[in-house]
Amino acid sequence: MPTQPAKPPAAPARDGPEHAFPEGFWRALERRRPPGLNRIAWRSPLRGRWLTSVFGAVLLACLPLVILTGLLDYIAYGPQFHQAIPGNVGWLRLPLFDWPTRPAWLFRLTQGLHVGLGLVLVPVLLAKLWSVVPKLFAWPPARSLAHVLERVSLLFLVGGILFEIVTGVLNIQYDYVFGFSFYTAHYFGAWVFTGAFVVHVALKFPIMVRALRSRSPRAVLRTSRADTKPEPADDSGLVAPNPRQATLSRRGALALVGGGSALVAVLTVGQTVGGFTRQAAVLLPRGRSYGSGPNAFQVNRTARSARITAGDVGSGWQLSVRGGPSVLRLDRDRLLVHRQYTADLPIACVEGWSSTQSWSGVRLGDLAALSGVAHVHSAVVTSLERAGAFRRSILTRDQVLDPDSLLALRVNGADLSVDHGYPARVIVPALPGVHCTKWVASIEFRSTGNA
Amino acid sequence: MREAVHRLRRAYGGHPLHLLLLLASFALTGYAVVHLIGAPSLARMVVWFLAAVIGHDLVLFPLYTAADHSITGLLRRRWHGRQPTVPVLNHVRVPALGTILLLLLFLPGIIRQGARTYLNATGQTQEPFLGRWLLLTAAMFTISALVYAIRAWRARTRAAKVRPATARPAAKAR
Repeated sequence: MPTQPAKPPAAPARDGPEHAFPEGFWRALERRRPPGLNRIAWRSPLRGRWLTSVFGAVLLACLPLVILTGLLDYIAYGPQFHQAIPGNVGWLRLPLFDWPTRPAWLFRLTQGLHVGLGLVLVPVLLAKLWSVVPKLFAWPPARSLAHVLERVSLLFLVGGILFEIVTGVLNIQYDYVFGFSFYTAHYFGAWVFTGAFVVHVALKFPIMVRALRSRSPRAVLRTSRADTKPEPADDSGLVAPNPRQATLSRRGALALVGGGSALVAVLTVGQTVGGFTRQAAVLLPRGRSYGSGPNAFQVNRTARSARITAGDVGSGWQLSVRGGPSVLRLDRDRLLVHRQYTADLPIACVEGWSSTQSWSGVRLGDLAALSGVAHVHSAVVTSLERAGAFRRSILTRDQVLDPDSLLALRVNGADLSVDHGYPARVIVPALPGVHCTKWVASIEFRSTGNA
Repeated sequence: MREAVHRLRRAYGGHPLHLLLLLASFALTGYAVVHLIGAPSLARMVVWFLAAVIGHDLVLFPLYTAADHSITGLLRRRWHGRQPTVPVLNHVRVPALGTILLLLLFLPGIIRQGARTYLNATGQTQEPFLGRWLLLTAAMFTISALVYAIRAWRARTRAAKVRPATARPAAKAR
């Protein structure tokens, strides 16, 4: 190892002219180096384009999937019925389509991927940021207007992804300390990030490919800590001019980051996959057990917090079925003598967790037929809840007519518990959990004509 | 035309396409932010956005770097600059990073923040999370210590096997 500081690399070759317009300004800026910056010594021998590019490649492969699943989930909420949040997004969404009911695990998959992959990428993102941090403190901060714009874009890139992670991580743990609408902030924050992400990929992709080709992965995996040498000096601003001896090999660093992601994966996947894996999700709300019994599965919004009283759900409860020539009022006994169907369906939530149960009840399609509405276009389901963002939801025609779409009265062979929506709740394949309305008070079927 | 492009490149410091790409991206950012104008909490969102960057770049990063430096220095002093047969550093680093990662990701449950919304949503409390995180921390440090002990023991037995053979070749002929 060199015992004296290596010479700083000779005037690095850069693309384009040395100093752009106005030349004097950029030169003067370069000369005014704050004295504190000299005290920061970047000495890790691991930093360099290759390592940054490995983390970058992983993020490039995975983040588009996180973005896409997020945008799909917006469609799953039904923007055509103005029930997706935020309401007005202009052109900032995927083309509209009716969210399908098949496969039944579609929302479970998209949202599970969105949350799970997002969490698993956190160690990779932190490693990527660690690998490029010397550039944050580089002097001069810019050499041209092009450079200034690029750095502003980097603020949106780094700020965007960190903002998305912070709000997402808080939301899945029901911590709303930030005090703004999670949906609105997370949605528009994602677009701020995405814009900067596209620019970053466009500008850095060729550099990444070149850097990845500069080193054989197999050689890296064979190199021990003792043999780990810094990457050759270049104009990247990442390679330490005076590196210390490696305390970790490159393969060790990759294993450390991969191990961090694996740890997060083990602690997360159970909330989506369920079964015995749920026990491994020990730090997440949805890894916790509800004991045993037919109703012992994850509750989202308790009856108490929805202010559902015993009187609301007592023997006086009746379901109103509207839309036809007259309003039908059916009590629970009337519903139970109707033909009952059973469907094993997951209930999946925006926080990424899901749980498959065996639901039984009356088909929504049968209720539509009963109401006398001939050509169902949609259905408005209203809860007994008096307040709350999700006291009402609108279902598409396909969601009403799917044979597994039920007004569930029972789950796993027993009556629903009040926390799970007794006397009756909606369950529809692939529908976001918050739209599977609990404590249903009325269903209004709308025909094609008066939709 | 070529002359104009060259002049722009010189003044701007990059290719004209670079400029167009960045302007398009800023326009998209602007379009997203315009939807938030009038939202009562826009200022809070901006504050959280900037706090996320500052929190990582100027708080979290310096903190973990400083912690790593002090561990590295402490171990070097402990070994008086000599290298132990099996370096201890990464056996501290790895579980420490693991536990910090889990603390960062699962902080609300561990410190029981948002207890009310949590109870309303799930019907449960956040009571077990602190204990579970501490148990995971203990497990990670214990496993790391065990791996260290095994590596140190193997290094010592290997050294013991090598030494008689090289230092006292005559011993074999006893």
